Amino acid sequence: MASPQPLHDRALDNLRYIRDTMERAGSFTAVPGWGMVAVGVTALGATLAALNRPRDADWLTVWLVEAVIAITVGGWALVRKGRAAADPLLSGPGRRFGLAFLPPLVVGALLTAAQHGTGATRVLPGTWLLCYGTAVVTAGAFSARIVPLMGLCFMALGTAALFTPVAWWPGFSAVGFGGLHIVFGTIIARRYGG
Amino acid sequence: MAKSNAARAAGPGRLAPRRTAPQLTPAELDRLIHERVRLGIVSALAVNDKLTFNELKGLLRVTDGNLSVHARKLEEALYLACAKSFDGRVPRTEYRLTPLGRSALERYLDHMEALIRATRER
Repeated sequence: MASPQPLHDRALDNLRYIRDTMERAGSFTAVPGWGMVAVGVTALGATLAALNRPRDADWLTVWLVEAVIAITVGGWALVRKGRAAADPLLSGPGRRFGLAFLPPLVVGALLTAAQHGTGATRVLPGTWLLCYGTAVVTAGAFSARIVPLMGLCFMALGTAALFTPVAWWPGFSAVGFGGLHIVFGTIIARRYGG
Repeated sequence: MAKSNAARAAGPGRLAPRRTAPQLTPAELDRLIHERVRLGIVSALAVNDKLTFNELKGLLRVTDGNLSVHARKLEEALYLACAKSFDGRVPRTEYRLTPLGRSALERYLDHMEALIRATRER
């Protein structure tokens, strides 16, 4: 017959169970609303900067620079909000959010490289909107319900961008990376504390 | 959204337990929350404003009957507030942790930590 579990071990086991359950049940609340608004504003700037640049390499450079700016601004805002809310980024819901967010972005980066290499840049804006939207939807499963909703809007725009004329690109970029970030960022900031 | 009679009696937007709190000794309260499924329910609700029956079932990986029995026990002890409604034609049951339930979890955590401290100090 197995010997009874010592009280100390049982207590530790119970505390571990409580922590695990809380981590699985919790949602990631550090999605930065104001950070998203800032990213939206820089995206509108990038849309303007990319206008009248017919060479692929030129407008692509503008958007790659914008991507670096957006990652920096968004990342800083996310870390700041996470710390303020004592919401850990590397464990529990924060970790799950990150693990779900990154793969579609990596896919987007690889597709960008491949499509640029083969000259298939016509589908790039749609690809970016779709991949980013997918990242937001999948990661949003671990956050407030408004987050996956925003992702779905990006995916809808991305789908439309794939099947519309090239001349419409700036409109999709402005409405998607600019407008959606600003609108949803403002709602998130007001409802979810910044 | 239609709520339970008890919730309606408590006023709009409020969730109310159905019965008055039973007089339990601290040891009994401890036992109530000590059981694994009930501890899981209370822990999950401690980090969520509310969870539906199905969300709790998926999270704790328990059967309908098992969850229902344990949730009812916590509800009877006034640790949980339950609101029933319909989402279209589908019944929807939502649970919230009451202040009593939250303080019971805090007491339980204190109790576990005290146990660990006591055995380490020996």
